Amino acid sequence: MAPTPFGTLKIGDDLPALTFPPITRQTLALYAGASGDHNPMHIDSDFAKQAGMEDVFAHGMLGMAYLGRALINWVPQKAIRQFSARFVAITHLGDQLTCRGTAVEELEQAGEQYVRLRLSATDQNGEIKLQGEAIVLRSYLM
Amino acid sequence: MIDKSFIGWVSPPSTVEVEKGRLRFFAKAIGETNPLYTNEEAAQAAGYRSLPLPLTFLFCLEMENPSSFKLLETLKVSLARILHGEQSFTYHYPVCAGDCVTFQSTVSDIYSKKGGALEFIVQETTARNQDGVLVGEMRNTIVVRN
Repeated sequence: MAPTPFGTLKIGDDLPALTFPPITRQTLALYAGASGDHNPMHIDSDFAKQAGMEDVFAHGMLGMAYLGRALINWVPQKAIRQFSARFVAITHLGDQLTCRGTAVEELEQAGEQYVRLRLSATDQNGEIKLQGEAIVLRSYLM
Repeated sequence: MIDKSFIGWVSPPSTVEVEKGRLRFFAKAIGETNPLYTNEEAAQAAGYRSLPLPLTFLFCLEMENPSSFKLLETLKVSLARILHGEQSFTYHYPVCAGDCVTFQSTVSDIYSKKGGALEFIVQETTARNQDGVLVGEMRNTIVVRN
């Protein structure tokens, strides 16, 4: 695997962006089955329309799983202490998410050094869908 | 309005076994190609006992016996009215295929905004492995559109 750029990470540095394929009905069907989230809003168009939505839409947690994929592309999973996301807007069929991260703060707790990363997932039009954060242990990044 | 007396409600614990096949299916569903998540030898080479749980999978595992859906049923909140608002994970100890994870959730807050047009249910969940070790914690906010 290619070395992560983390060893030399400085506050203000951006991590390489990662873009995912457009969301299809198949993406949602597979994600529903694999995640165990069988809420019909994401897989049954009739149900979604009756609920007043245009169509089925992506599970928030699918976007967060993509954000997680971007995160472990940058940093080993063992270094990650906290990972959070706010689902800012609905991700629709056809949307293509790009995940980005920026190092925003150095933290110290109980003698350990951490870096706080600000994360986002935006669609093809630049609309923010998820805003997130991760706390990663510096010692894994050297 | 959602009955606020449910603040403090504690779910009955549920235990779920982490299955390798399920983890491989999840990797496929999110397009994960890193062999760490699908190939046991790669996982062991990275220091894991078996395939590690991806970052968001504790949430999925808890879905096997979801206290949140049961809670929504009790509160008479329809699935057609909910959205996921926020989710956070704190990781304490690695979880791998073969582990048995026990979840327990507490409703930590119920509040409303926009004159009751939106209501929020916050749950905090602990995850312990078969040895009783606290492996992770989750905080989950569900938004109810009235």
